[in-house]
Amino acid sequence: MTAPLSLAAAIAGQAAGPDGYARLEVGEAAWEALAAGCAAGLHDLSALWADEGLIRMALSDSERALRAIASLRPEGGVYPSVARHHAPALRLERAMRDLYGMRPEGLPDPRPWLDHGRWPGRLNDARYEFLPADGEGLHQVAVGPIHASIIEPGHFRFTANGETVVRLEQRLGYVHKGIEVLLAGADLERGARLAGRISGDSTVAYGWAFASAVEAALGWRVPPRAVLLRAIMAELERMAHHIGDVGAICNDASVIAIHAQCALAREDVLAIAQACFGHRLMMDRIVPGGVTDDLSPEGIGTVRNLVGRLDATRAEIRRVYDSMPSLQDRTVTTGITRPELVRQYAAGGFVGRAAGRAFDARKTFAYGPYGILDFALSTRTAGDVDARLMVRLDEIEESVRLMSQLLDRLTPGAICSEPPALVAGEGAALVEAFRGDVFVSVRLGSDGRLARVHARDASSFQWPLLEAAIEGNIIADFPICNKSFNCSYSGHDL
Amino acid sequence: MRTFLRDAILKGMATIPSPGPGPSALEEVARALGERARRRLGRSLSIREVDAGSCNGCELEIHALSNPVYDVERFGLKFVASPRHADVLLVTGPVTWNMREALLRAYDAMPAPKWVVGVGDCAADCGVFAGSPAVVGPLSGILPVDLHVRGCPPPPLDLVKGLLALIEAPG
Repeated sequence: MTAPLSLAAAIAGQAAGPDGYARLEVGEAAWEALAAGCAAGLHDLSALWADEGLIRMALSDSERALRAIASLRPEGGVYPSVARHHAPALRLERAMRDLYGMRPEGLPDPRPWLDHGRWPGRLNDARYEFLPADGEGLHQVAVGPIHASIIEPGHFRFTANGETVVRLEQRLGYVHKGIEVLLAGADLERGARLAGRISGDSTVAYGWAFASAVEAALGWRVPPRAVLLRAIMAELERMAHHIGDVGAICNDASVIAIHAQCALAREDVLAIAQACFGHRLMMDRIVPGGVTDDLSPEGIGTVRNLVGRLDATRAEIRRVYDSMPSLQDRTVTTGITRPELVRQYAAGGFVGRAAGRAFDARKTFAYGPYGILDFALSTRTAGDVDARLMVRLDEIEESVRLMSQLLDRLTPGAICSEPPALVAGEGAALVEAFRGDVFVSVRLGSDGRLARVHARDASSFQWPLLEAAIEGNIIADFPICNKSFNCSYSGHDL
Repeated sequence: MRTFLRDAILKGMATIPSPGPGPSALEEVARALGERARRRLGRSLSIREVDAGSCNGCELEIHALSNPVYDVERFGLKFVASPRHADVLLVTGPVTWNMREALLRAYDAMPAPKWVVGVGDCAADCGVFAGSPAVVGPLSGILPVDLHVRGCPPPPLDLVKGLLALIEAPG
C-alpha cells in the first residue's frame, strides 16, 4: 500500500493563488500518495480532470481551509489510477478515459461510462454489462433512461428480492452533450452562456463559478454591488429549488396540499426573479466582470416582501409536516446515507449535511460576500429522507436571513467592470449551488479564449451514495429517496 | 394546515385565466396540419415528455405547467407516464447521440395520430449546444415536428399558449 500524503504536507507552505488554490506539480509517487491521502480521510477529492496532456486533481482540506490543484504529466496518457485507492474517483476516471483517452492504470472498473457506443466514428460496443448480484429469488427491474415523470433521463437497474432492493446500479451519460468540447476555444461570452447551461437548475451557481474562475485568472475586479447582486440571485435560486423540492418530496408521499403550497411559493420566487432580473431562472445574468441586471429600489422592496412570504410559508409547512405522522412514516429512516460514506465521497449540499458533514462552500471556503454575513450551517445526523428535508427547510430560513443582510448592504454603484487585458492564465472556483458545491476550473489561452474548462457538479459525489442509500429499502420508496437527493443528470453527464 | 385552508378561502384562486392559443403557434400548427394531413386530436391531449439532452431548464418550466397558477389539466392537457397513452411527444434538448434511440422508441410506441412538439431553443436548432460531436442535430431532422415553442427555457405561459394551439387548431 502507498503511504498516504496529506495535502498540508504536499503544499508545504506554498502560497495559494488569488482563487484560493495552490498549484502543485507532482510525480507519480506523490500523486499516488495524495490519492491514498483521500482514502485515509486526510483530505477530500474535489475534482479530477484531464487538461492537455496533464491530469489534474483538486483537493481540499476543510479543517485547515487548504485547497490545491495537483498536476501530473503522464507518459502517453498512462497514469496511476486514483480510484484504485479512492472509490469516489471511479466514475470520473471512466469518463475521462471515454472523453480524453486517458489510461488510468489499475482502474478497478474498466467499463465505459459516458461512451454508450453511439458516438459516430467510435467503435465502442453499445452493450453494457451490469454488475452481477447472485442469490436465491432475486429479480431485476430495469428503469429508464426515460422515467415515468418529467425528469432527466438515466438508467436504474434494480436487483430486488421481492420488494426489497438488494442492489441499485446507475447508468448515466444519456444527456452528455459535449459541453467541455464546446467550451474549448470559446470566447468568454459564449463560455458564460454554456456554463449557465451545465445544469439549468443551478444556472446562477455555475454562472458565478465560471465568472469567478475567469476573474481569478485575469485579476479582474468585480464591483461590490455586483458581488451582492450575485449572492441575491444565488439565494433566490436556492430558495426556489428548496421550497419546490420539499413540496415534490411530500408529493411522493401523496401529501398534495403541501406540494401545492410549495409549488405556489416556488412560482412566486420565479415570477419575482423575472420581474427583477428579467429571467425566471436568472440565466445569463452573471457574466465575467459583474452582472447584467441591476436591482431597482422598487425591486429591493419586492424581494424583501417575497422573502417575508416565503418564510411564512416555510414555517407553516414545517408545522404541517410535524403534525403528520403518516408523512413522517414515509421519510423517517428511509434512504439512509451512512456518515462514513458521506465523508469518503465528500458529498456536498444537503446530502452531506443531513448525515453530519458540516461543509458548505459559503462557510468553509467563503467567497463573495459570505465571509462577512451572519448565517448558520444546518446539519443533521440521521442521513434519511427526513433529515435531508429538514436541512433544506432550515436553509430556506438561513437564505431569508442572508437576503435581508444582502439587501441592507446594497449601495449604489457599478454592476459590471471592464475587462482587463486578456492574458493566458488559469483560475478555479467553488460555489455552493442549492444541491451542493460546484467546482469550475478555467484555463485561458494567450488569445483570451478559453483553452480548457472543467466543471464538476455536486451530483458527481452524490449519485453513488443514492445507490447505497436505497439498499434494503423497498423499490416503491425509490422515488421519494431519489427526490430527496435530486441529483443532476445534466451536470453529471456534461 | 389551517393557514392553507384560510388562504384558499380568503385569497381566492391562484390560477390565472386562459391566455388562449398563441397566434404564431396556431399558424405553425395549421401549417403542419395542411402539410401532413393530420387531423386534430380533439379537446384533450395526453402528453409524454422526453428530455433528449436538455440542461433541465425546460423540465423546470414544463413542471410549472402543473402548478396551481398554470394548472394545464383544466384545459384537458395531461402528462402521462407511458408513450403508449400519449397523443403528444414533448421533446426538450439538442438530442444527444446517447438519447437518440430512446427518443425514437418512445415515438414509435405512441399510437397514431400523434404530434411532436419541440420545447426550447435546443429542440429547435440545438441552441448553445449546436456543433457538438455528442449531439445528433435538430429534432426536426429526427422526428416530424408539428410545433416549436422557443425560449431558453420558454416561460410556462408560452408553453400554455403553444399547447392550446394544438387543441384549438382548425381542422
